[in-house]
Amino acid sequence: MGDRITLQVARYRPEQESEATYDEFEVPCPKDWVVLDGLNHVKDRLDGTLAYRWSCRMGICGSCGMTVNGEPKLTCATFLSEYAPGPVRVEPLRNFPVIRDLIVDIGDFMRKLVRVKPWIVRQVEKPLSAGEYLQTPDELEEYKQFSMCINCMLCYAACPIYGLDPKFIGPAVIALAQRYNLDNRDQGAAARMEVLSEHEGIWGCTFVGECTKVCPKHVDPAGAIQRYKLSAAVDSMKSFFLPRGA
Amino acid sequence: MIKRHPEPVLWMLFSAGGVVSAMLLPVLVLLFGVAFPLGLLDPPDYAQLSALLANPLTGLVMFSLCALSLFHWAHRFRHTLYDGLQIKHLNEVIAIVSYGAAVAGSTLAAYLLWQLS
Amino acid sequence: MDQNHAYTAYHPRWLRPHVSTYWWLEKPAYLAFILREGSCMFVAWFTVYLLLLLRAIQQGQAAYEAFLAWSAGPVVVLVNIVSFAFLIFHAITFFQAAPQAMVVHVGHRRLPARVLLAAHYAAWAAASIVVFWLLTGA
Repeated sequence: MGDRITLQVARYRPEQESEATYDEFEVPCPKDWVVLDGLNHVKDRLDGTLAYRWSCRMGICGSCGMTVNGEPKLTCATFLSEYAPGPVRVEPLRNFPVIRDLIVDIGDFMRKLVRVKPWIVRQVEKPLSAGEYLQTPDELEEYKQFSMCINCMLCYAACPIYGLDPKFIGPAVIALAQRYNLDNRDQGAAARMEVLSEHEGIWGCTFVGECTKVCPKHVDPAGAIQRYKLSAAVDSMKSFFLPRGA
Repeated sequence: MIKRHPEPVLWMLFSAGGVVSAMLLPVLVLLFGVAFPLGLLDPPDYAQLSALLANPLTGLVMFSLCALSLFHWAHRFRHTLYDGLQIKHLNEVIAIVSYGAAVAGSTLAAYLLWQLS
Repeated sequence: MDQNHAYTAYHPRWLRPHVSTYWWLEKPAYLAFILREGSCMFVAWFTVYLLLLLRAIQQGQAAYEAFLAWSAGPVVVLVNIVSFAFLIFHAITFFQAAPQAMVVHVGHRRLPARVLLAAHYAAWAAASIVVFWLLTGA
């Protein structure tokens, strides 16, 4: 067992090299340390040039997603002792371009997210005097699971379809679109349908199911996508057979 | 205006095909593929089987089974070649070949079942 | 934030690792996925087999007997045994997936996924028993 563990950390220094390399660091391994603690130890005491993202260190901000021993993980939620005696391979999140070391560019996700209008869309606004939009606990349950998404993008790293075809809109975006579609206060389902029913929208998904497996917040994006496929297909049938007033 | 493309319909056919093939094909393989040929059970004689297939309900079930199973295959086959083996440049050809084969098979099934009824 | 990614001193080259054609061998879950998709080949094979059977019946008793004889050949039996395994795999994985697409409400409550799953297996058992009885008992 021992109280130290080796981290094999991917490095990418674009000003010096054109490929990724690996640096090895030996870090302490107390029982309560997570991979992020190991990386912070490296940065504080061993190699200050290591570049990586982190913030809340408690699994809610979604910043610290990386590939640990081949699996997409939140480094703040993955214990080092799980990998004893090591070594632990830490690489940037898969399927995203690497800017430096462990930092990836998430611009693609951000652009796609905006396209599905992840906010309450109203066709008719209620005046302030009419009071709040009311919602029963059952109505909240309908979408609550999908609202847990922290935009950590582990699902994109796990999705082989996204890896092979970066135009695929991706699991988290569809789950978040569903979060609003299923919210009884929202009236924007039709607007989102246009984006999602494109070829690289929901129809790019072949239900591999890895996204749901790696999601740290149990959002179940695969379930969201399949539900949406069914409702989009039913909608499509309705609009074909009943063009008006469906 | 939602762009009309056939994906939703093809997915519905794939799903329906998945369900009927899952429900009916295993027992049929067990009987006509393994048990009867190996002599573990006696196959139905010709008269019985013809009478069974002449029934319009059986005919309908058999047609749905054959047609939907072929469309299930076509959709999955096309997607696996596209995603799994990355044969993207032949996408249209593969789509035409697979769905075309499904249509051909369904037509054949309809013809044969019609002849048997 | 443009898409062109012009490479300048202030925008160094990003690393874009290439996804291998053999991506599906990298994780057991990916391999299971490809096998699941591959089961569709056996769905197609057995549907063709059924079409051949239907054609034989349509051609008459002699053709039917000939079909039964052909189906007893070792290669055909082997293919069908493998098909049986893959079709069971197809059924199990499909039934695992189907409840995730369907959210059934009874009044205010949602039917739990395992109820839907049980319903699928019950229907599978019932259909199998009916077919079995029709083809062997009647």
